[in-house]
Amino acid sequence: MTLADWIAEPVNWAFLAMAFPMVLAALRVVTSRNVVHAALFLVLALAASAGLFLLLSAEFVAWVLVLVYIGAVVVLFLFGIMITRAPIGKETNLSHKKIWPAAVASLAVFGVTFWLIYELGEQVGGFSDTLPAVGQATPTEILGEGFINIYLIPFEAVGFLLLAALIGGITLARKDLSPAEEREGAGL
Amino acid sequence: MILGLVFWFELAIKLAAAAAVVPLIGMVIGYGEMKLSAHMQSRVGPYFAGGRFGWAQLIADGIKFIQKEDIVPQEADRPVFKWAPALVMLGTMALLVVIPFHPSSDYGIVSDLDVGIFYALAISSVSTIGVLMAGWSSANKYSLMGGLRAAGQLIAYELPLVLATVGVVIQAGTMSMQGIVSAQVAQSWPFVLTQFVGFAIFMIATLAELTRLPFDMPIAESELVMGYVTEYSGFRFLFFFLAEFTNMFTMSVIAVTLFLGGYGFWGINPDSLLSPLIVFAKVGVLLFFMIWLRWTLPRLREDQLQTLAWKWLIPLAIANLIVTAVLKVVI
Repeated sequence: MTLADWIAEPVNWAFLAMAFPMVLAALRVVTSRNVVHAALFLVLALAASAGLFLLLSAEFVAWVLVLVYIGAVVVLFLFGIMITRAPIGKETNLSHKKIWPAAVASLAVFGVTFWLIYELGEQVGGFSDTLPAVGQATPTEILGEGFINIYLIPFEAVGFLLLAALIGGITLARKDLSPAEEREGAGL
Repeated sequence: MILGLVFWFELAIKLAAAAAVVPLIGMVIGYGEMKLSAHMQSRVGPYFAGGRFGWAQLIADGIKFIQKEDIVPQEADRPVFKWAPALVMLGTMALLVVIPFHPSSDYGIVSDLDVGIFYALAISSVSTIGVLMAGWSSANKYSLMGGLRAAGQLIAYELPLVLATVGVVIQAGTMSMQGIVSAQVAQSWPFVLTQFVGFAIFMIATLAELTRLPFDMPIAESELVMGYVTEYSGFRFLFFFLAEFTNMFTMSVIAVTLFLGGYGFWGINPDSLLSPLIVFAKVGVLLFFMIWLRWTLPRLREDQLQTLAWKWLIPLAIANLIVTAVLKVVI
């Protein structure tokens, strides 16, 4: 596919219109000097990635991204930020001391994920260089069948892992009381 | 394939139609609420504007809001403050896309998505972000409290809303809005008969999602001035106002689609041109109930609100879901 062909395809323009804001917003999430702004840029990045899924005709995944990540996760982020501290304007102490190890770790995660997806793609017969036609969304029945039949055990395993993480989070966050305090009900 | 002129022309017409429909719905429901509440309180309500019955009252109100100054508080976070009403409106307007008015696939619905009801629930949750943005960026304690209350409330009632919907999806065997209606038309009775628990949960959760009485703590006048809209003026205030009324309409239409059989009615051929009128009639009944409840019930306390959601509605919705799923397999 030559560059001229690539430009002549409107889907590619749609891709650029999603991908550029997404990358810019993702960068602003980590460089913004205001926590609330960072969370709002995360909304933009997630919305743009939902748009990319729509371009790939993965409607269900796109709307899951909107419902779960924008509608619940980021709302809880914002809720948590605002209920603790959320000054308007710039903050000075947002950078972490170990910024370089963190950068290396995130690059490594990116590399491993990229390599895994590439390898798996090669194993199932390589990537197609054409997009699914517009309006050819994957029927929800197929996804449901996949979850409940073929991938039932991985699906349940992930669910179990999330439950364990949830219980772990509650255990870490709760304040352990001494027996005397518990009798007085001091934790309430 | 280069997108032709026809595409852009169509897009312009669709955008203009959407921009006209939202204020129209808002004005009709707003006028209905003014008149109904007035008669429930032995008042007359709008009377002079437009000659008879004050029918032009809401047009006059709209013009008043548009010509008012658009004030941004000095301490406010300007971009966030200005974008918040747009985001609230987006979550409302995008819902209109999947509402079925007629069985025809050409003009009965804008886009019959395969994941229709799921899309509706997902896109409506975007409004919560707009409410939080408005509350935070106003640099006002009342606004922040209102925004936080709204977010807490919307998170709590999102769950029963979704769970009540899933019961219908299980029964219909599809998430497409047209599919859900045609399943009810085919069996010739609406899902409310078997899913009445789901319907009750859905309507209570809808009232809470709309932050209307008895769930209007986020904008409780006696405590928080006007909650997250306190600092807004002019057409940005109008946006919140219109979004609330349009949301009443869209949520009622979704309830009608899911539980009350959409455009189906006994003895009337769903292919006839009466179909949209049937939808509007059913929506009108639900809207009347919403307005009636608003002017009848007192406001709940914040802890009562959360108790109702987490201790009553969510367990009830899950029980309803289990029973529905078991019966679906057994019968």
